[in-house]
Amino acid sequence: MTHRLTDGGRVLRVGSLARVEGEGAMHISYRDGEVEDVQLRIYEPPRFYEAFLRGRSYTEPPDITARICGICPVAYQTSACWAVEQACGVTVSDEVREMRRLLYCGEWIESHALHVFLLHAPDFLGYDGAIEMAADHPDVVQRGLRLKKAGNELMTVVGGRSVHPVNVRVGGFYRWPDAARMRGLLPVLEGALADAVATVSLVAGFDVPDFEQPYEYLSLRAETGYPIEAGTVVTSLGNDFAVEEFPERIVEHHVAHSNALHATVSWDDAPYVVGPLARYALNSDRLSPTAKEAAAAAGLGDECRNPFRSIVVRAVELVEALSESIRIIEGWRGDAPSYVEVPPRAGVGCGASEAPRGVLFHRYALDRSGLITDARIVPPTSQNQAAVEADLRTMAADWADLDDHALQHVCEQAIRNYDPCISCATHFLDLTVDRA
Amino acid sequence: MAAVTKSRRPTLAVWKFASCDGCQLQLLNCEDELIPLSGAVEIAYFPEATRAVVEGPYDVSLVEGSITTPEDLERIQQVREMSGRLITIGACATTGGIQALRNFADVAEFRSVVYAHPEYVSTLERSTGIAEHVRVDFELRGCPIDKNQLLEVLAAELQGRRPRVATHSVCVECKARGNVCVTIAHGTPCLGPVTQAGCGALCPTFARGCYGCFGPQDSPNTASMAQVLSRHGMDEPQIVRLYRTFHAAAEAFREESERHEAPAGTPRRTS
Repeated sequence: MTHRLTDGGRVLRVGSLARVEGEGAMHISYRDGEVEDVQLRIYEPPRFYEAFLRGRSYTEPPDITARICGICPVAYQTSACWAVEQACGVTVSDEVREMRRLLYCGEWIESHALHVFLLHAPDFLGYDGAIEMAADHPDVVQRGLRLKKAGNELMTVVGGRSVHPVNVRVGGFYRWPDAARMRGLLPVLEGALADAVATVSLVAGFDVPDFEQPYEYLSLRAETGYPIEAGTVVTSLGNDFAVEEFPERIVEHHVAHSNALHATVSWDDAPYVVGPLARYALNSDRLSPTAKEAAAAAGLGDECRNPFRSIVVRAVELVEALSESIRIIEGWRGDAPSYVEVPPRAGVGCGASEAPRGVLFHRYALDRSGLITDARIVPPTSQNQAAVEADLRTMAADWADLDDHALQHVCEQAIRNYDPCISCATHFLDLTVDRA
Repeated sequence: MAAVTKSRRPTLAVWKFASCDGCQLQLLNCEDELIPLSGAVEIAYFPEATRAVVEGPYDVSLVEGSITTPEDLERIQQVREMSGRLITIGACATTGGIQALRNFADVAEFRSVVYAHPEYVSTLERSTGIAEHVRVDFELRGCPIDKNQLLEVLAAELQGRRPRVATHSVCVECKARGNVCVTIAHGTPCLGPVTQAGCGALCPTFARGCYGCFGPQDSPNTASMAQVLSRHGMDEPQIVRLYRTFHAAAEAFREESERHEAPAGTPRRTS
């Protein structure tokens, strides 16, 4: 909606940003054709997780923090488990780690399929949403729904349900998933892998604006494999650090226009980026042969600096998550107990994993009886917020000549490039354009 | 109730208040039913799925999330006014959700724990369910809701009948699945006897006790349940926490949790 100002400027407002997870607003002001200010305003109401976790038992963060986000609960459960286990001085078995990776693959498949097909693809194909897109592109939408369903089925077999799985506990899993049901998923996952490979070539053909971002990329890197459930922190400028150093190296700021905290790295004021683009740039050597082949065919190279092509990287990660799921199920023995006992003790522990949107960090301090005395959670969307604002600032300058409708559309698309999860970050968007 | 004429598809709107998005995601998780559903109803307002907005009023509104801000107190009134039927989905919309833990604490102190500038954040003292503020036509339970129950509720709306959603306990579902009782067989504390069915007895099926995410069943004996929990090794603070999680503000669970709290000023037993 456009408002002409009496001095000849104008203000554009959009009620709420669609096809993102959560609620927020965007404000852009122009003065004499130059961009004056860009703000992402997250108005998702705060829920105070870090406050009410204090006084809860060390066994509770996997179930409680899952409720921060219905789209990536496994990310919360996994980071929480690592952190509590570290605080209690317990190391889990290779089998537990492998099953965490399998459940996490299910979440990547479900979340990436949701974003690629239902939230992001309609921007490139020119539709308001996937339901409208289904009328002209039924095969595309059906493929997306099949992929999404495969991810949800995997999560259901391993975790009991796809939203807020019940089978995760500190130390491992309440029970190993039924081996026959897991093997029964293989034909579904094989079909989904073919769908994912076809998705990479589909989205690689989408028209994208010419745009490159210069930011530092930050992701986890594991001893082996593409980073999903664990790793240590690496960056594109070599500022690597251990997960335990996260609170000193990543600084959160509270800005007036947002209910989400903004994060910056301690060594620079410039924005940094987490998520698929960062993971790919720092770990493309670790992809499975099928995912590497799909990335090469899509022309991705060693790194991708155009956020509008993040949809291609997400599709490559779909291939990766499916290849990994099949590998894990085919090799599954389940000989070790499904969990290790975790006796409480006083201590501090940190944990991080790669949520579909990027690194998710948890830190807990426990007292002797295992009650939480302090909790800290750094979600991916607050880490990306500065980069989203910086992208918008650059684009708004380049695209000052676009009419309000077109400008709003490209700005929304620029925001969706990051698959922002506002529920997570508020712990996101009206658009206001002020042209003077 | 707005008359749904047979000559057009009824309109559906999906609203979000304080929540994790997991319950509205269950609508998108109906992968096999989503496209047929969009033929049976007109998805008129669903910002998480589409930019397209059909102006209200709407025949049916699904409301996710709890009321936690002064702005949302006003917005829920507007949603009620433009909705023929209003159905709440999930624990947050029913009883205030996990964020209702603030109801037992000092919100100003909570705000200062999470935010460096608490004065930037606008929030209410309590997180409350939708029915505390406006008339609700049906409450669908669960954290998250079950997608098959959601489809049943939508089908019932289309057919103008009452939804078939059981209000008995999780125990009935355990028996139907042939589960061995985790409490009797293994001594595992379980909230199943006082919790409403709907999940399919998921937790006991995975060898753990129910943690009450569908809220109190229609006639819960929470005091007797507390004795059983105590007999199986839970101390008072643990019983308080178990009742006080995803439906902390549900009357039956809240009252029972308060009975197990140490009076103010007395030292609490730790666990």
